[in-house]
Amino acid sequence: MMEKMIIGRYVPAESLIHRMDPRSKLIIIFLFVCIIFLANNMLTYVLIGIYTFLMLGLSRIPFRFLYAGLKPVLWLVLFTLLLQVFFTKDGSLLYELGPIKIYEEGVRQGIFISMRFFFLILMTSLLTLTTTPIEITDGLETLLNPLKKVRFPVHEMALMMSISLRFIPTLMQETDKIMKAQIARGVEFSSGPVKERIKAVIPLLIPLFVSSFKRAEELAIAMEARGYRGGEGRTKYRLLRWKLADTMQLLILAILTILLILLRS
Amino acid sequence: MDISLQNIEYRYQAKTPFERLAIKDVSIDIPTGTYMALIGHTGSGKSTVLQHLNALLLPTEGTVVIGNHEVKAKQKNKNLRQIRQKVGIVFQFPEHQLFEETVEKDIIFGPMNFGVSEAAAKERARLALKQVGLAEEILEKSPFDLSGGQMRRVAIAGVLAMEPECLVLDEPTAGLDPRGRKEIMDMFYSLHKERNLSTILVTHSMEDAARYADQIVIMQEGHVVKQGTPVEIFSSVSELVDMGLDVPEVVRFQRSLEEKLGIKLGATYLSIEELSSAVAELLRGAPV
Repeated sequence: MMEKMIIGRYVPAESLIHRMDPRSKLIIIFLFVCIIFLANNMLTYVLIGIYTFLMLGLSRIPFRFLYAGLKPVLWLVLFTLLLQVFFTKDGSLLYELGPIKIYEEGVRQGIFISMRFFFLILMTSLLTLTTTPIEITDGLETLLNPLKKVRFPVHEMALMMSISLRFIPTLMQETDKIMKAQIARGVEFSSGPVKERIKAVIPLLIPLFVSSFKRAEELAIAMEARGYRGGEGRTKYRLLRWKLADTMQLLILAILTILLILLRS
Repeated sequence: MDISLQNIEYRYQAKTPFERLAIKDVSIDIPTGTYMALIGHTGSGKSTVLQHLNALLLPTEGTVVIGNHEVKAKQKNKNLRQIRQKVGIVFQFPEHQLFEETVEKDIIFGPMNFGVSEAAAKERARLALKQVGLAEEILEKSPFDLSGGQMRRVAIAGVLAMEPECLVLDEPTAGLDPRGRKEIMDMFYSLHKERNLSTILVTHSMEDAARYADQIVIMQEGHVVKQGTPVEIFSSVSELVDMGLDVPEVVRFQRSLEEKLGIKLGATYLSIEELSSAVAELLRGAPV
């Protein structure tokens, strides 16, 4: 049931994207999220699309797999599209059926916003698919290091992140296990009336909460037993290395940004 | 209720980069009233096979016949609920599935899902609690206030109260102390005897397999590699050792005795009583 979910999951492979420094990947994703708002006509969106699919291609993650994993999110994209199409009242009227009026601007906005949404999801999934949680937090910790000056708990934040990322698969497995145990006791998760299905979540959620709390406590004890006392004086086993490919990737993004600025209307 | 697995195959996460073949070409027959032990290493596919027994997993190839229901690969399968009522599964660490406010509510949860009335379910809860060796007083307690061993028993009672026709046990005693382990295993065995309940036990313990089962299936890397009665299985010690599996202590003792004395006892004995009387027989007949 949960096995197709790909959010937050790492797919090991040998690829250009996998080998990049997590810092450059994080910077690129951050900038990408900003520059995607520069796009405001078909040409610029196509450009961003090309860039996104180029990166996907470089990562060597099978598209079919990506599609299967993102299917649930695609519904959300479709929902945004429909929302825009039906509720924007700008531009010329395209179609009218009783109370439903569809305007040109609505369709335009709908397509653009859902494309933006879609590309954002693809790029951010690409980050987690090609970078191990440890790399992500290491990268983030280094990038945010300057904030320590203003007493921002960078290390603790990074630790929190890595712990939550680390436990996503565990939690999924656990969910699957408990779901099966309850199905064996006659619970129906995927059929029956909506009211019953909502009620069916309780026998799943309570055991999950219980085991999560237990696991958190065990983890805390295990960490303390091994002498953990925060980031003070802690050395690193994996050192991050900025390579040529990272600089190149940033350059490509810079070129994309310039093109977007030139071509936007 | 007869269960039969016919050439089933199961792939986890089919059509993704994580695709993994878990079992292939597995055929096992479980006639009514059999006590079958399923043994093998971690990752040999035991748990995957087990989940096919009540249609929690549907085979990617082959057919599973459970009573008069047939579950085929690549088909829309209906009425899985009826199967699940007939085949009760006690998962590994079943206490993880507890969730209700009181022990009683948790035990009647299964039966009531299958349409048993509340009064009847409560009656069943009392009976099931007695079977697992707990006092009625704890019915009103929260399951989360109990000890680990008690929680395990409550969870098992929750499955027994469904009154299944076949019981599937996935290492039901993992992590329990030796006494609790024996009590629970004996309880399952007497249920099996009293109600002619088909029982399928997944275990790492060769002792349990030898003591309780009348059929043993050995799995390795997703295949069934050996199948037979305990005596047949444990007669070929070297073969088991080659597979990296253990043999019961009694059998090991018999083998080293035979080696030391340079003799051969007539058969393979699986209990201390049988072996000791065979040895006594031998000594009596031996020339002094």
